[in-house]
Amino acid sequence: MEFLVSRTFYARGQTGQQLLLGAYSAMNRQIAKGKIQMFSRHEMVELVKVDGKARGIIARNLITGELERHSAHAVVIASGGYGNVFFLSTNAMGSNTTAAWKIHRNGAFFANPCYTQIHPTCIPRSGEHQSKLTLMSESLRNDGRIWVPKNLEDAEKIRSKTIKPTELKEEDRDYYLERRYPAFGNLVPRDVASRAAKERCDAGYGVNSTGEAVYLDFSAAIERYGKEKALVSGIKQPSVEKIIELGEEVVEQKYGNLFQMYEKIVAENPYKTPMMIYPAVHYTMGGVWVDYNLMTTIPGCYCIGEANFSDHGANRLGASALMQGLADGYFVLPYTIGDFLANDIRTGPISTDLKEFEIAEKNVSDTIDKLMSIKGDKPVDYFHKRLGKVMWEFAGMARNKEGLEHAISEIKTIRKEFWENVRIPGDKDEMNTELEKAGRVADFLELGELFAKDGLERSESRGRTF
Amino acid sequence: MDLTLKVWRQKNSQAKGKMETYPISDISEDSSFLEMMDVLNGNLINSGKEPVAFDHDCREGICGMCSMYINGQAHGPMRGTTTCQLHMRSFRDGETIYIEPWRSGSMPVIKDLVVDRSAFDRIQQAGGFVSVNTSGNTQDANAVPIPKVNADKAFDAAACIGCAACVATCKNSSAMLFVAAKVSQYSYLPQGEVEAKDRVVNMVNQMDKEGFGNCTNTGACEVECPKGISLEYIARMNREYVSATISSEKK
Repeated sequence: MEFLVSRTFYARGQTGQQLLLGAYSAMNRQIAKGKIQMFSRHEMVELVKVDGKARGIIARNLITGELERHSAHAVVIASGGYGNVFFLSTNAMGSNTTAAWKIHRNGAFFANPCYTQIHPTCIPRSGEHQSKLTLMSESLRNDGRIWVPKNLEDAEKIRSKTIKPTELKEEDRDYYLERRYPAFGNLVPRDVASRAAKERCDAGYGVNSTGEAVYLDFSAAIERYGKEKALVSGIKQPSVEKIIELGEEVVEQKYGNLFQMYEKIVAENPYKTPMMIYPAVHYTMGGVWVDYNLMTTIPGCYCIGEANFSDHGANRLGASALMQGLADGYFVLPYTIGDFLANDIRTGPISTDLKEFEIAEKNVSDTIDKLMSIKGDKPVDYFHKRLGKVMWEFAGMARNKEGLEHAISEIKTIRKEFWENVRIPGDKDEMNTELEKAGRVADFLELGELFAKDGLERSESRGRTF
Repeated sequence: MDLTLKVWRQKNSQAKGKMETYPISDISEDSSFLEMMDVLNGNLINSGKEPVAFDHDCREGICGMCSMYINGQAHGPMRGTTTCQLHMRSFRDGETIYIEPWRSGSMPVIKDLVVDRSAFDRIQQAGGFVSVNTSGNTQDANAVPIPKVNADKAFDAAACIGCAACVATCKNSSAMLFVAAKVSQYSYLPQGEVEAKDRVVNMVNQMDKEGFGNCTNTGACEVECPKGISLEYIARMNREYVSATISSEKK
């Protein structure tokens, strides 16, 4: 008898979304009670420290461009991870490092910046226009066999669409994970699967027009499930068509929504032709260093969720990012922040007229003026994409000394060019999406260098780092 | 693909807006609609013009930000998708595409294609929650048994991403599908049942205060909803509202 325990409770493939909506509704309740205020379309652009303690922030109103001063007895950063330093990732487009990076620049330690989780099962990019990547569930590797053509000529023919993958004979396919790791096969750890896919594609065996994709083939699973189904349904000597029909039903029950999502994006039917996958950046385990109370090295400044470095080490296991979001916000911070606030019980309100606020606001407005005055001839995305390519090639899944040193010098060059040649149209005192992006990319250009330096410090292979 | 784009440009909420025409060429049919907009913005910046402001974030159909009215349809011609999930292969080479913001008096344009959806925030603040503290001592969710059919119905409603395609597509600018989804999500579950009467009354009142129109059962919202929220929830909300206003103990 088998006892199966679900490691994770899933909610129809929208677990994270539903947790977010749950947290949002709990927040709405507090807003309704007048306990908290929400400032949507605002961005934190600087931390304000008074006598060494975090006492407030400078925020930019993204509709009017006005800079606002907000004071408090403590500051909590919950701004998520920095996977978008790679330009392409599974993160939302707005995800950035700015809030975390600002507190780092104000003295908060940063830990393990190079710890990045790269997922092997994402939908490959289709061309230069690609803006973000979509994660397919890891569970697909349970039933899919990963392969590329054995011969370079066949790979070339598949890329130019002169032959179809289904026309390639079994002996002309290279099930490289099964070949290299016979004991684990397609279920090797994520980092191994990711590196192997990139290695095969770099060697010229990639199967889509960009050359950056491998096949994840369900035909063997469809046949196997079909035969089992025929057997239990008492169908004697089923035809091949019947087996496939029954097998596809089983696969649909298991992965129907994922197959549908894939078909929407790629416009190919993954039941009939193998799915294409490629690794993509999904999560950053590194972040702002915090103690067990989730306080950074700046007194009164806390950092929670993906923005901090805690909980995951060099790897991250399924659903543990959601766990961290809930644990930090619901179970840890409400009990630890009081310890700091207790000593400030007699402090009284913090005035935003203090010179510290004035100086911080001046710094921000000087930086904005500087960005606006460059008036160069390249859009922000040009620099972000260049940074992303350097990060992916030299600081991504497999790193070495030469590559990382090259990355550091490249990032410095891109950063220099950015500050000399970025073009931001429009004005600073209105909604200006290019100015928003420019501020974030400026921070990514600094973080990227720290990331590569961290990689250089490590000679070991650990978790995601090789 | 080569296309002609007619895009709504409006400097801010006070300014008068108008449609501008932009030709665009060499668009891959594999790119998403928003990636096509990225290419347009790159071209505009390179030629010294201001890019088109549009809301977007997750680009995988769950954040509800990409509020574009494309060729007279919320989120464009495909059903069950947001704009970011729409790909250029849904259009013909040489086609003229009209791109506008959501149009509703309760959701004014902030800039170009960006609209102010804070009315939805305020409706949810009026009652879109369960009055349970979240500071770590909540009871186990599985301690209260819930019939599977109720859990499923609550979940179908909870799939709403608050994108407001229902409002944009409704001739009355009604937000009933959205409010009904949020009301039902909680009232189907025992945890939200105790305050169900107050919730429906408060949320409907706030919806009216925000100036959204009424429902005349044309069903356009259900067709355009990227998450397939059913019109049945509106009927359910109306029943709840009537019953709450008749039977409430409160004055």
